[in-house]
Amino acid sequence: MSEIEKLLDQHGKAITEVYLDWENGSKIEREVLDAMIPFYLDRKFGNPAITHRFGWETYDFYIGAKKTIAKPLNINPQSLAITQSFTESNNLAIQGIVRANKKKKKIILSEVEHLSVIHAAKSLYDIGVEVEVIPVSNDGVVNTDILQEKLDDETLLTSIQTVNHEIGTIQPVKEAFEIVKDKNEDIIFHTDATSAFGRLPLDYSKLEVDLATISSDRILGPKGIAGLYVKEGIKIRPLYEGQLSVEILSPDVENSPLLAGFAKAVELQFEKFDEINAETSRLRDKLLYGFQTTIPRTDINGPQGNNRVSDNVNISFLGCEGEALTVESSMNGIYASSGSACTSRVLMPSHILTAIGRKPEEAHGSLLMKLTRLNTEEEIEYVLETMPKVIERIRSITGGISL
Amino acid sequence: MSSRIPLPYAPRVLELFQNPKNLGRMEDATIVASAGSPACGDMIAFYLKINDNDTITKSSFESYGCASNIAAASQLTIMIENKTLEEAWNFTWNDVSEALGGLPSVKTHCGSLAVGALRRAIRQYYKEVAKTSPEWLPGVLTKDEKHALEEEALAEKLGKKYKLI
Repeated sequence: MSEIEKLLDQHGKAITEVYLDWENGSKIEREVLDAMIPFYLDRKFGNPAITHRFGWETYDFYIGAKKTIAKPLNINPQSLAITQSFTESNNLAIQGIVRANKKKKKIILSEVEHLSVIHAAKSLYDIGVEVEVIPVSNDGVVNTDILQEKLDDETLLTSIQTVNHEIGTIQPVKEAFEIVKDKNEDIIFHTDATSAFGRLPLDYSKLEVDLATISSDRILGPKGIAGLYVKEGIKIRPLYEGQLSVEILSPDVENSPLLAGFAKAVELQFEKFDEINAETSRLRDKLLYGFQTTIPRTDINGPQGNNRVSDNVNISFLGCEGEALTVESSMNGIYASSGSACTSRVLMPSHILTAIGRKPEEAHGSLLMKLTRLNTEEEIEYVLETMPKVIERIRSITGGISL
Repeated sequence: MSSRIPLPYAPRVLELFQNPKNLGRMEDATIVASAGSPACGDMIAFYLKINDNDTITKSSFESYGCASNIAAASQLTIMIENKTLEEAWNFTWNDVSEALGGLPSVKTHCGSLAVGALRRAIRQYYKEVAKTSPEWLPGVLTKDEKHALEEEALAEKLGKKYKLI
């Protein structure tokens, strides 16, 4: 037995298992897989840029699938670049814009952006790009007054997420967008909508952002495929070079099975959009308020009520260290993640939790859970029934250590 | 390196996390010492019961920390049982890590922190209780003690930088 097999053996497997770590890894449904299989095994696997029957068939399918994905955004399918991940989309949005627009050198983003936005921007320091970071309120809301102050003639790009991935804050994107465009129509506006897609209505024919990131895995589509909406007329360059095919901004052989899965996931999520979001927000509140009433010394991270996205539960259990919490939860069949320093392998806790002013001991005891259309009432009841024991055990290890 | 190994704990770490030996506050401890900082999410408190022959008859710990932190502290209490303070002093983080089946590289500081807390307790004992200084006790801080101090200092520095404390 290998060491990791022994570890899993030692861990054991709880009778009931509830997966809530959708932020860090997702699966797909049988229906999605079924939609993908023919593209692996039978037809439409040809290169859509080649002039033969297989190529044309794939091309025909490809255009249709992109239409399906573009529909909920109300955009022209040709404005949607297909990429391999939201990380690539965010990097493309930031670096691709900088590479194509060399006159201006300043990027403005919020303090609570995903690291794929923050790191992509900061990686451009060495070519003279300046990055301004906008602070947020205690609920994680971007401070639009400071955004206004920071905008100047040097500003090339602003990137403000639609929803925060860790604490569920719905950002005032419309307001930020208007502030930016009032200052100067030419400043490019990107929004990372990864955590909003499928949760909030996004209509980019009304809110005319220049760039928006979406991802397949966040709506239970397959991993390895995502999108970047690029409004017509925006100058952008690919991150890497290759043989041009249908996708100009992410050159390679188009992956039709993944696209088929992405399109199927879009159908499943948007067919029942209202129903899914009403149910996840109900389960979200059941978890949040359930924890608050059954477990002492808790603190909800992020906003409450309508300003919180439907799928996000993030709560700090004081006197608990988060990594220990995720391990103990795991042994009880509950899978979640933490903003603790120990889970991120650096000394500081999650940059989101420190940005909203959480003290280290609050951030270290945080637990992030997300809800999808696959989670059930019974699962949530199991979590509410089990977590008090989990917390109690971790707190018993902390004992009298005063924090 | 083109990929990063995540956190594959050795089974022993999980075993001690599940069933920590010598966990909890000791009311009649001869000496208590702690190391680490809540800012880095890592704190260990050590309780030692020491007899007239400078032998540890009982020890226990509390931990605000990750699974390796808990396992490292627990493992160390097992290792020092019925050892003289000199013998206990000589355990290094490497000994703790080995006994745990090897800690992932990013977690070696957990072993260091446990050893740092223990050595702090031993120093404190000689300073405050025995009021002597045995020959074998180094006058200057050892590597593991410095490590614990460095981590506390770093946590404070980062905490101030991010206005957390």
